[in-house]
Amino acid sequence: MLSVERLSKSFGGVAAVSDVSFSVAKGAIHAVIGPNGAGKTTLFNLITGLDTPTSGSIRLRGEEVAGLPPESLARRGVARTFQNLQVSMNLLAIENVMVGAHLRLNSSLLAAMARRPNLVARDRRARQEAAELLAFVGCGAYLGAEARAMPYGALKRLEIARALAAAPELLFLDEPAAGLNHTETDEVERLIGEIGRRGVTVVLIEHDMKLVMNVSQRIVVLDYGKKLAEGAPDEVRRNPEVIAAYLGAANDGA
Amino acid sequence: MLHAPPSALVSRAPTLIFAAALAALPLILPNAYYYDVAIRIAANATVAIALNLLIGYTGQISLGHAAFFGLGAYGSAILVGVFGWPPLAALVASAAAVGTLAYLVGRAILRLEGHYLAMATLGLGVVASIAIGNEVALTGGPDGMAVPDFSVLSWRLAGEKSWYWVFAALLVAAIALADNLVDSPAGRALRALHGSQTAARTLGVDASAFKTRVFVLSAVAAAFVGSLYGHYEGFVTPGLAAFPKSVQLMTMVVVGGMASVWGSVLGAALLSLAPELLARFQGYETIGFGLILVITMIFLPRGIAPTLAARFGRKAA
Amino acid sequence: MARGGWRSDRRPLGPYESRVVPQLPQLILTGVTVGATYALAALGFSIIYNASGVINFAQGEFIMLGGMIAAFLAALGAPLPLAVVGAVAATALIGFIVAKLAIAPARGADVTTLVIITIGVSMILRGGVEATLGKGGRALPPFSGDKPIAIAGAMVSPQSLWVMATTLVVVAALALFFTRTRHGKGILAAAYNRLAAELVGVDTRRVLSMSFVLSAALGALGGVLIAPIANASYDAGIMLGLKGFVAAAIGGLGSGVGAVAGGLALGLMESLTAGYVSSAYKDAVAIVVVLAVLLVRPSGLFGAASGGET
Repeated sequence: MLSVERLSKSFGGVAAVSDVSFSVAKGAIHAVIGPNGAGKTTLFNLITGLDTPTSGSIRLRGEEVAGLPPESLARRGVARTFQNLQVSMNLLAIENVMVGAHLRLNSSLLAAMARRPNLVARDRRARQEAAELLAFVGCGAYLGAEARAMPYGALKRLEIARALAAAPELLFLDEPAAGLNHTETDEVERLIGEIGRRGVTVVLIEHDMKLVMNVSQRIVVLDYGKKLAEGAPDEVRRNPEVIAAYLGAANDGA
Repeated sequence: MLHAPPSALVSRAPTLIFAAALAALPLILPNAYYYDVAIRIAANATVAIALNLLIGYTGQISLGHAAFFGLGAYGSAILVGVFGWPPLAALVASAAAVGTLAYLVGRAILRLEGHYLAMATLGLGVVASIAIGNEVALTGGPDGMAVPDFSVLSWRLAGEKSWYWVFAALLVAAIALADNLVDSPAGRALRALHGSQTAARTLGVDASAFKTRVFVLSAVAAAFVGSLYGHYEGFVTPGLAAFPKSVQLMTMVVVGGMASVWGSVLGAALLSLAPELLARFQGYETIGFGLILVITMIFLPRGIAPTLAARFGRKAA
Repeated sequence: MARGGWRSDRRPLGPYESRVVPQLPQLILTGVTVGATYALAALGFSIIYNASGVINFAQGEFIMLGGMIAAFLAALGAPLPLAVVGAVAATALIGFIVAKLAIAPARGADVTTLVIITIGVSMILRGGVEATLGKGGRALPPFSGDKPIAIAGAMVSPQSLWVMATTLVVVAALALFFTRTRHGKGILAAAYNRLAAELVGVDTRRVLSMSFVLSAALGALGGVLIAPIANASYDAGIMLGLKGFVAAAIGGLGSGVGAVAGGLALGLMESLTAGYVSSAYKDAVAIVVVLAVLLVRPSGLFGAASGGET
């Protein structure tokens, strides 16, 4: 599905991502973990088109996509959520989700103004689907709500609903459980499992190790922009370099 | 708990009521002067609605929008007055020309953000009015030029009463079209760009294409209204494209309500009537406008209509 | 926008006059003189932008106020130095009031709101002058007479020398202020990182008002210097402000060096356009140039400011 080869990104003199290679099989659930500042979000930004690599290749279903803008990647079935929440607060919750379906709807301004009947019907169906997605992620209570009235945990799930509205084949979740309490985190864990069961390939960045271990089939570990290890959860958990990287980071931070 | 949008009739009700009110208005307007005021409000409101799509809904800035209005007016004036074109053809050609200009300009400057975009639009407006003022042979220069009446085949459109119907119909159409746009995939894409351009792009919304499209749309609308307004007044001056007019239009949007179609109508009404009401305070218009702008932005940053709507618990149009 | 700003070349020709294209040295001199004013305006923009992220669309009005108030005081009979100082001081005070009443209450608002507020302020200032001092142009007598001095083949008016010399002194003083004094460094620190600046004891609320006072004084000084050359009028601020911003943007918003470079460059380009192409379109030059620069380098020639491009 996705194959990243020798991907690098430098900002000025600083190498945020350095020679990273890994691949993700279709339908798998992968996690990317590593201490803070390891380059995980930069990696996501590179793959989802928000940033351009300095060197290396990114292949989606065999097609080279490095350097393409986010709109192009969206058209190729890629969707994502954001670590620092990028919700349109000026819209209703359900409207945010409906924007996810943008590529599947008629987005012509003229057709919209003319209120062509099949556009209206299609839009009504899109609203229905959005409502179902809101319920799916557990935000059913916010059906008529404005996004700016929603609590943080609900907004994180709103982003997931919005990404799912795009019917993606490859979904990137950037710290979906950040800032959530235990109940909410369990909910997200369940959600990710369910999404995987529906055939979507998932790659997630997470710091919550319990979530990562429970949900992932393969884990990639980054540190200082380089890939430290890759493998099944149990292998990675026992890898001495990984332990050192985390313990070292814990010592520095403590 | 909204699950489905309200039925078409319910959501159209305010528009229909408004249309009915506009249709009934001539019954109480005493003389031509009042018709003139009503026409000016309607024209300004139509342009304000178009401008609001750009600045309120999509979150862009345009400090030079009067340029499009003025260019439309002059386009028709020149094509009909100097080259003898039929007014209808001139109307279409003028709007198309302005649209093309807006496309070329928009593609280039809409990449800019914030202050830079503001200055770029301001600058373009200034260039347009300088050009109009200077090409004396074509435009009559700073003194302006006369515009022949609007006529289709042998039927001539003249007089406040006839023009009232034209502008009233235009306004109602603008309200309806804007409402249609706002609650559509395209409209949501525009509003999502305002909320979070990054997220919208990752969902496939082509940010630069959409921004350009709404820019062109609001420019063409302004030009269209400008053309007709020139025919109505019978005279055009460079002031129609100048910075003070741009500020007036923007004030209507901002004070009336950003991202609110009815807000634009309200803003246009208030700010078109204000000079009439404050006619005694000749020479104080500029300072008055400035005070309105500053006070509104500090205390009612979203404008009157959305603030009122929030106060009374409903969602603004 | 054919009005405002430099009225000197809009005067219709008399029956025996002809428009002779001035020589290059003359054009350069005019360009540098005008450019110096733009540089002062651009510095004003940059200082406020650095201190608060606000683009002060009323900066042009500060320039206008300098010229108008000085002319008003002079007409009342005040000796020239007093009129100059009075104008600068009064405008600085106005800048303080603007910062306190209009900008401070809206801190944290989004760009569009701030833009509109400063536009509103510029209208209040312009309208205020229109209402109190009328629409007519006002003249300020030149500082040391108007007998041109011959330098390097060009005729330089003493006023031009005043403009250039004063600007030089002011720019040097500002450079010292921002790099050597505590207050100046405090302003820059607050621009980089407000929280950090507060933590080391910089009073960031005063930074905002100080930056407005400074920029207003700078603008007024520029206005006073140029008033004897080009009459002041209530609506001169619009174009001056636009050009000041253009100069700042060309050089890079927030960069002092850029502001001066941008100002001079703009002045020269305008002067050369007026001389060799058409004086009517010289105002348009400013805008076309800035657009061209911004499209190629969104943060200007010397700047690294944010708010340029997505």
